[in-house]
Amino acid sequence: MDELREVTVTPGRYTTYHYAGASGDFNPIHLDDEFARSVELPSKILHGLWTMAQVARAQTDVVGDPLALKSLSVQFRGMGVPEQDIVITSKLKSQENGEAVFDCEAVQDGNKLVRRGKAVVRVTGSS
Amino acid sequence: MSHSDTYLVGREKIREYAASIGEQSPICNDVAAAREAGYEDVVAPPMFAAVYKWRAMGPAVLDPEIGIDFSRLVHGAQDFTWHLPVVAGDEITTEASFVDKAKRADITVYTFSSRSTNQRGELVCEGTWTNFVR
Repeated sequence: MDELREVTVTPGRYTTYHYAGASGDFNPIHLDDEFARSVELPSKILHGLWTMAQVARAQTDVVGDPLALKSLSVQFRGMGVPEQDIVITSKLKSQENGEAVFDCEAVQDGNKLVRRGKAVVRVTGSS
Repeated sequence: MSHSDTYLVGREKIREYAASIGEQSPICNDVAAAREAGYEDVVAPPMFAAVYKWRAMGPAVLDPEIGIDFSRLVHGAQDFTWHLPVVAGDEITTEASFVDKAKRADITVYTFSSRSTNQRGELVCEGTWTNFVR
């Protein structure tokens, strides 16, 4: 596995609706710009768990197995918005006994959506 | 305070969820590919844990005794540890519990934990959910 990986994902205009339906999280802060602004958000925002799923995929896509992820912890900070690139950076911290530990973050237009991410990935069979 | 729920994992729900996050792995989308890889049915992407845990976690987070205003809530931090694969047809029981409430500057931090087991009583996933109320 590379020591430093960068993946870019772009949430679509309707991603939050799609994710709301798939996940069951219909909080209007993710669906309704007017409502979001009424609670002092800039516009409707991405679901944190959607963004976290992108951080998860950034680890597992490279291994080719979604189940290679053993654990993932993240802190959510900035609010993500649709239709702007998110860059996910993963840095290898350690690797032993078939497990690799990565520090990850997700940044959108200079705004850190995820910080202090820590992913433990099974890398048995590769190095 | 804790809430429990059993979630029956559906094949189409896994595929719908996989599409919503852009997960293209064949084992999450194609039954034949999943079976060829040794699974009984399509496999849930790891972050699908957020879905099968929500029916227990939602009532825990929204418990009137805890008193969180949902519209002022933002997700502060999340931690998942996965132990076993979850496949379509599994019945996942999640126990969600309120752990802690703490005041930090102008926000209140509420922490919840969850533990999910499958129909065989095996631990599949543990999670810690940290909510900020602005």
